[in-house]
Amino acid sequence: MKWILIGVIVAATTVGEICQALGMRSHGEIRDFRPGAIGRAMAMLARNRFVIASVVAMAVSFFAYLGLLTLTDLSFAVPATAVTYVLETVLARYILHERVNWLRWAGAALVVCGVALVSL
Amino acid sequence: MSHEHARLRFKTWVCAILVVCSNVFGNFFLKLGMPPELPSPLAYITVLFRPTVALGVALLIVWMLSRMALLSWADLSYVLPVTSIGYVLVAIVGRVLLNEQITNRRWAGIVLIMAGVALVSGGAPQTAREKAHAAGAGQ
Repeated sequence: MKWILIGVIVAATTVGEICQALGMRSHGEIRDFRPGAIGRAMAMLARNRFVIASVVAMAVSFFAYLGLLTLTDLSFAVPATAVTYVLETVLARYILHERVNWLRWAGAALVVCGVALVSL
Repeated sequence: MSHEHARLRFKTWVCAILVVCSNVFGNFFLKLGMPPELPSPLAYITVLFRPTVALGVALLIVWMLSRMALLSWADLSYVLPVTSIGYVLVAIVGRVLLNEQITNRRWAGIVLIMAGVALVSGGAPQTAREKAHAAGAGQ
């Protein structure tokens, strides 16, 4: 049950965060942090299909995460779901076309090793 | 150009700190308020009305919004490792505030995560943007 929930969380989070990054990139840099401008930005984002898809995926991930928290320690649940790091760095390279240089790959690899140690 | 660079870096750090803190404490309050089991689908909804769980959810909403703001200018492959310092803080919060047992192996993992964060956070937060603008202009 624990591992099924982790699988659901990882899949939903990965999809959600890639969509979130796509949506925010298409919106462009937020420069104005006054309340009115933030409100306008949010109204615009609420109509962005990538942002909508990301919210749905994150909601799925959130309820699966609630289920997981009833079963395990917090210091297991959080690192165990960090497999999303590998998937997202790879997808950032191939879907978002970010230039993932060797420093970022090395950093991601270290994070993955650390996460494996923490969660096993 | 260098002024623009400094502005972006400052904004990135402020936003990243907000992302990390809201995530760590959101998770903490969620775990704190969670009952030992959730027997029915309805329980998944009613549990959201417990004060500590509601506070956790509110913090996770702050997390999501600040993360979206950060992603509006920074690369995903930059944001991921930089905010992964949160894993370390979650472990410390679990140890200190929730009395969870943390083995040497877990601490070793935490050190590796911090090393990974240090490697990436020295670089520039944005790589793909000019390319994306160029592609957008071409269409």
